[in-house]
Amino acid sequence: MKRKALKAALPYTIPIAIGFLFLGMSYGFLMRSKGFSFIYPMLMSLFIFAGSMEFVTVNLLLSAFHPLYAFFLALMVNARHLFYGISMLSKYKGVGWKKLYLIYGMCDESFTVNCTVTPPSDVDRGWFMFFVTLLNHIYWVTGATLGALLGYVIQFDTKGIEFVMTALFIVMFINQWEEATEHRSALTGFGCSVLCLFIFGKESFLLPAMALMILCFTFYRKKDRGEETR
Amino acid sequence: MTTMQSILTIVAVVAGTMLTRFLPFLIFPEGKTPPFYITWLGMVLPYAVIGLLVVYCLKDAVFSAYHGLPELMAIVCIGILHKWKKNTLLSIGFGTVFYMFLVQNFFV
Repeated sequence: MKRKALKAALPYTIPIAIGFLFLGMSYGFLMRSKGFSFIYPMLMSLFIFAGSMEFVTVNLLLSAFHPLYAFFLALMVNARHLFYGISMLSKYKGVGWKKLYLIYGMCDESFTVNCTVTPPSDVDRGWFMFFVTLLNHIYWVTGATLGALLGYVIQFDTKGIEFVMTALFIVMFINQWEEATEHRSALTGFGCSVLCLFIFGKESFLLPAMALMILCFTFYRKKDRGEETR
Repeated sequence: MTTMQSILTIVAVVAGTMLTRFLPFLIFPEGKTPPFYITWLGMVLPYAVIGLLVVYCLKDAVFSAYHGLPELMAIVCIGILHKWKKNTLLSIGFGTVFYMFLVQNFFV
């Protein structure tokens, strides 16, 4: 039963493997070039398992100690998981102990596959979703660890390598921009952040920016509702 | 940052991340429907947060000697390449190498 589920899940994860190995390696390599032991990217990719947030955590670890700020930032950056979780409430039902791991390892890619792919009828659904999640998790941790280990062997001028994080977010921004039907959300996020950066300065703009965003969205929601009932 | 402080920071990030993953399953165990406001925030926030992260990445560059000129050049390059080839990994890889070339040779 497990073998069959693994065989069914594997092909769906191959394209993800390529992306995860590449990004994971650049993440591990980046951490190593900032002087961290390979243990850091290995454990962080294993326990956090949320790509964007791991890149951001590199910066957090290099700035002043502020755990509460780190907590709220993780909450905001990963708020999309709330939406994933709500979509998966019924799908993850009745799969036993595996449910805990399915929730723990619910990254964007595992969510996409588990949400859209229906396994063949002779394959156990729970095990199928379990292997999709597990394989993706393995690719990511492997990539991050390999990248950091490469950092010990390959020596070159790594000045500017941290731009890989900016590049990642720029590309995600473009991708989201093109698939979105309206750009109010993206513009609100960008606008609030720029505004708060200049008001509060680069050390402390994140929390006010996040609060302002939530406020804006609550206001939009009220306004949209008002228009609906009118 | 000491090792202990690093560990605490990572634990805080893990806690924040896990809260977003487990919360829906904790508050809506079986058959309960979540309030629309929460679902809706989960839908619109991702678009806003990427904008925040872009600004977060550029926060030091803006106030530096070149006021973000090499960053801007690399971003324009990523934008053109991505529009043309539509290959996420290629755009990230090339953009980073181009930026490294700029800051190592011209914007030293």
